[in-house]
Amino acid sequence: MAQVELSTSARLTAADLAGNAHRRRKERAIRVAFLSAAGFSILVSGLIVLSLAGKAVQFLTLIHPSQLLAGGWFPRQESFGMATLVAGTLIVSLIAMVVGTPLGLGAAIYLSEYARPRVRRIFKPILETLAGIPSVVMGFFTLNIISPRLVQFLFSGAYLFNLMAAGIGVGILITPLIASVAEDSMFAVPGTLREAAYGLGAKKRVTSLRVVFPAAISGIVAALILGISRAIGETMVVAIAAGATGNSLFTMNPLNYGQTMTTAMSSLAIGSDAVGGGKAVFASLFFVGLVLFALTLLLNVGANRFVRRVRRRY
Amino acid sequence: MSESGEDMDAPTVTRSDPAERSIHLERAARERPTELPDDAEVVFEIKDLGVSYSGVRAVENVSLNVYENQITALIGPSGCGKTTVLRCLNRMNDLIDGARVEGTLRYHGVDLYEAGIDPVEVRRRIGMVFQKPNPFPKSIYDNIAFGPRIAGFKGNMDDVVERSLTRAALWDEVKGKLKTSATALSGGQQQRLCIARCIAVQPDVILMDEPCASLDPIATLKIEELMYELVSDYTIVIVTHNMQQAARISDRTAFFTVGIKDGGHRVGTVVEYDLTDHIFTNPKDPRTEDYVTGRFG
Amino acid sequence: MARRSGLGAGVVAIPDSTATHVVRAALRGKRFRVGDYVLQGLLLLTLLIALGVLVVLLGSVAVHGVPVLKQRGTTFLTTTNSTFPFLAGVKQGIIGSLELLVIVLIFAVPLGVGAAVYLEEYAKDTRLNRLLVTNVRNLAGVPSIVYGILGLIIFAEFLKPLTGGLTVISGGLTLAVVVLPILIITSSEALRAVPNSIREAGFGVGATRWEVIRSHVLPSAAPGIFTGTILTLARALGETAPLLLVGALLGFFSPGNLGFWGQLRGPYTSLPTLIFSWSTQPNPEFRNLTAAAIIVLMAVLLTVNAAAIVLRNRYERKW
Repeated sequence: MAQVELSTSARLTAADLAGNAHRRRKERAIRVAFLSAAGFSILVSGLIVLSLAGKAVQFLTLIHPSQLLAGGWFPRQESFGMATLVAGTLIVSLIAMVVGTPLGLGAAIYLSEYARPRVRRIFKPILETLAGIPSVVMGFFTLNIISPRLVQFLFSGAYLFNLMAAGIGVGILITPLIASVAEDSMFAVPGTLREAAYGLGAKKRVTSLRVVFPAAISGIVAALILGISRAIGETMVVAIAAGATGNSLFTMNPLNYGQTMTTAMSSLAIGSDAVGGGKAVFASLFFVGLVLFALTLLLNVGANRFVRRVRRRY
Repeated sequence: MSESGEDMDAPTVTRSDPAERSIHLERAARERPTELPDDAEVVFEIKDLGVSYSGVRAVENVSLNVYENQITALIGPSGCGKTTVLRCLNRMNDLIDGARVEGTLRYHGVDLYEAGIDPVEVRRRIGMVFQKPNPFPKSIYDNIAFGPRIAGFKGNMDDVVERSLTRAALWDEVKGKLKTSATALSGGQQQRLCIARCIAVQPDVILMDEPCASLDPIATLKIEELMYELVSDYTIVIVTHNMQQAARISDRTAFFTVGIKDGGHRVGTVVEYDLTDHIFTNPKDPRTEDYVTGRFG
Repeated sequence: MARRSGLGAGVVAIPDSTATHVVRAALRGKRFRVGDYVLQGLLLLTLLIALGVLVVLLGSVAVHGVPVLKQRGTTFLTTTNSTFPFLAGVKQGIIGSLELLVIVLIFAVPLGVGAAVYLEEYAKDTRLNRLLVTNVRNLAGVPSIVYGILGLIIFAEFLKPLTGGLTVISGGLTLAVVVLPILIITSSEALRAVPNSIREAGFGVGATRWEVIRSHVLPSAAPGIFTGTILTLARALGETAPLLLVGALLGFFSPGNLGFWGQLRGPYTSLPTLIFSWSTQPNPEFRNLTAAAIIVLMAVLLTVNAAAIVLRNRYERKW
């Protein structure tokens, strides 16, 4: 590692600056290794579509389209009423959002705008713990506490297994998700914006609601969309709390028992329908999966695009 | 202009009679060439250098020669491309997405941007000290040892560390705590550590990007003294927005300014490049004169 | 009220002018704004509801589950599942969950951290790389049960010679794919937090990109990556839906005497799967068992989460 000779006898040539070929080759190989790790994620996307597509299409060939319009979801009886599943998913997700949005956003606004650092240090870990509760545990809680003591208490006509309880359970499950994304977004609003509002004589309530909230709106909307997406994709809470039989009549009544797309899939997987009820039954699993995947993908792409568009303006 | 004695007095800048329109400077002890020596070795030969970031021109028409064992200063107001040009000299601009370099940049006669040149090797020979001291979050020893280690040095590392720290005028202050964290040092010490780290790989050139910008005046003075020491073994190119610093320490100075092009965006370029004495006492371009006499900037 | 003028020796009381009165009244304003306090109260209420839910949940689980644990003690942990609640234990669930975690660790961590390193350190802002980032974000939003289908078709069927079909290996690979996007995202954030000046310093002394990453970026980002990994693993521990599609068994099964490697290619279950299975049993005795199993699961999870938080606080360094 000699210092570069500057005497007139040995002139510097391009070859001196060419560096160590071995080192360069190693660098290239390492770069390729990391690139493949990143490329694996694209492979995963491809595999998901691949796994779903084949049998989903096969399902459509095995059944008559009119079966999709049936009045209920009884796969073993050849009744594949998708409306039932969509209605179930819709009801659970809507109730989940009704529960999760005020709780999540309220917690977010409080932690971001009002809470003292000490309070924040206590409550953030609590939110993180809530976020870490497995869905089966929340399912147990829903079935044993929420359903009997809350829903049946308020609505005497409700069954033990009902969609409303499931919706509430899912709502609690997604609250930490909405809260943390929204809170990050509001916390990131620069202090100068708040100071400008205070400087004009605005009080905290006005500042939080009319200045900070709108400034963070892209992140807040993203939080809500993530919440809906998670609610739609949630399986275990509903499976435990709304009945795991895998069948249901069409219903729009949350006090009834029902099925969502996800619970239909899990029931199909658990049952021995692969051997039993015929190929259409098993293939319906993939069809429902494809619909579910497409739906959540649309939501997530929309969410990302929304965030990017508003962020650019901000 | 008078040459002061051996002592390193704090340099002073005095404004003369407005009618005179020149700045008097007291220079330090080092001999300053007042003429271009016949056998001065050209380290960098820069011709029509232009740099654009993602298609937007940042700097253009830069031509100047950097000579061996001299301190060359790049001065001018903010945003006129001094740092951009400096970073071309050791291909640091390669690290910026969308940076494109045009023109010719020769280092000891070799085109730095021709195919086959390894920027890693370039950076070993042309070192850089940054505006904000950036020691690695490791021990003082490991900071210095990192460069030689990756360059394949197999000899006595303790020697290298001691030599580099001594050369950077830091050895006495840290010799008892080489294994402690480098980030615990003061700002001025950290910057000297960065210089020592740079020296440890035995470069040929040291580039300095506003090295004293985040330091207090005493630390600044120490770094300037260090530069006097180092220039006998290295070639130094320094970007500084402190005009007086350039006047104090550099042999040659390039004055940058920024012009507004038709598109409305600003492009930097070199207005004048000459011996420092000439720049500060007898500038050719009125823009240079305005800047060095403090009328703007 | 009069002002006091502090001029030298004597203190003279100067009566207020009318102007002073007016200014003071204006500055005082309305001290009690109802709306403000109401809002603050409402917001605090939402936080307390969240807290309350957690307390009630843990409470009910404790009420039902603690007696079982008291009664059965460690045998609860060491017996296998059974159709009879008095004989059922979580042993197979614990073993299965541990095996799943190890497989997730082996596959998801290198792939996830590696992808993050590429995206943050190597990738230029090109279309392809932006596509990669978007793709990872979309994958993070896919419902976990859909990953179960991937696991069923690809790992259990297509790669049957390697995985043995509906085995814990397939289950582990499926879970690895579920947590991979989240791992990439958290690792990316940890890498992004490393200040760029460190990288520049490394390049400045003539280091290659890998040398800069290996010697400076990764060590600095390690605490963040580590905690992100732990939290991701905790999430994997609680996942159930995808495993249901990849063979996790709900009922009793006997692994037989196949030895360790043979058992890996046999039937399996996990702790959350057992919880699901028991919670759907009509026999009310199983409710207490479910609660007890939940206690075991939550104990593990809370320990893991606490460890992550402690480690994060200890290693969080300020530059």
